[in-house]
Amino acid sequence: MSLYRYSSPAAFYPLAGMMAPWFAGAALLCTVAGLWIGFGIAPTDFQQGEAYRIIFIHVPSAWMSMFVYLVMGFWSVLALSFNTRLSAMMAQALAPTGAIMTFVALWTGALWGRPTWGTYWAWDARMTSELILLFLYFGVMALRSAIDDPRRADRACAVLTIVGSVNIPIIYFSVQWWNTLHQGASVSLTAAPKMASIMLLGMLVMSFAAWFYAIAVVLWRVQAIILERERGAAWVAELPKLRSAVA
Amino acid sequence: MKARHRRFAWIAAGVAVLGVAVALVLNAFQSNLVFFFTPTQVAQKEAPQGRPFRIGGLVEDGSVKRIPNSVEVTFVVTDTAQRVPVVYSGLLPDLFKEGKGVVAQGSLGPDGTFRATEVLAKHDENYMPPEAAAAVEQAHKGKGMSVSTLKESQ
Repeated sequence: MSLYRYSSPAAFYPLAGMMAPWFAGAALLCTVAGLWIGFGIAPTDFQQGEAYRIIFIHVPSAWMSMFVYLVMGFWSVLALSFNTRLSAMMAQALAPTGAIMTFVALWTGALWGRPTWGTYWAWDARMTSELILLFLYFGVMALRSAIDDPRRADRACAVLTIVGSVNIPIIYFSVQWWNTLHQGASVSLTAAPKMASIMLLGMLVMSFAAWFYAIAVVLWRVQAIILERERGAAWVAELPKLRSAVA
Repeated sequence: MKARHRRFAWIAAGVAVLGVAVALVLNAFQSNLVFFFTPTQVAQKEAPQGRPFRIGGLVEDGSVKRIPNSVEVTFVVTDTAQRVPVVYSGLLPDLFKEGKGVVAQGSLGPDGTFRATEVLAKHDENYMPPEAAAAVEQAHKGKGMSVSTLKESQ
């Protein structure tokens, strides 16, 4: 089948290079539009005033922090069961972006918590499990750099990633399962959104921006990983970019 | 069964076992994972005795009293079933309001008064412009419900 062709790093490398700029452009457009809606058009909130506008950064990054981990888990399962190199490279490329998204979610959450709740941080279930997610990303990245043999590192990281994925439902459902300081979800698949529609629109556009940014950055990063790990391969030496650099 | 299918089955089984284990552990820790106790739990002596804990609920309407010439304030935390009086001396967060959510850390005195060392505001997940909030408020006034109590009663 033709789609399986792209499970080969040599075939995926040019495809990734072709797609990444388009996603980067879409990310830029969505960021400008989303920030304009969020900070220019959306009205003040009835109880939080202007402080609620952090939602336009906080929620998209928090969603992405969980979603990137799930995608990483998906590639890890493929890498472990089918022993495919590119799957492991995709998982490797996702980790730093997931870590950044988690950090942004925690950081903007702290900046939001201070003016509204009255504290930067509280050890409630939502915040603690999100902090564990950050440590999981760090752990996967550290484990990879601790093992010299890339194939062994692939397997070790895949196992750690899969084990850590139990944390994702804990983060998501923590506000339902336990008493938390963090409020419940405003937007979910099962209930009508608890936000004015223009606020929701800004948040969704910013979420698309986060998606497109993550896709673009991960594609570029996986290109770099492919080059690094396949540097001995003949097709890499044949790349026009490298030939001109050597010449 | 090919080797890769067997590996996939082992991974699936491993994740399932791990998920069950985590679910059981979390279930066992249930009571330690709560961030705060409700006034009903306090009344039923489910809250820890003799050591600090957090109490959470709504600030009862009309219960906030500031002591003149000091930063001391008293209010009542309620979950509409039980009520616990709270004494606190310090600065309150901006979102602290009657009828809104609150989480206070401190300990329960022998007289049943909760002495708070820290008071945090717990806001809900509703976001709307003030005009919309006023309209919702107006619509529910006949039934004696505010936006926040409406949300709590769901």
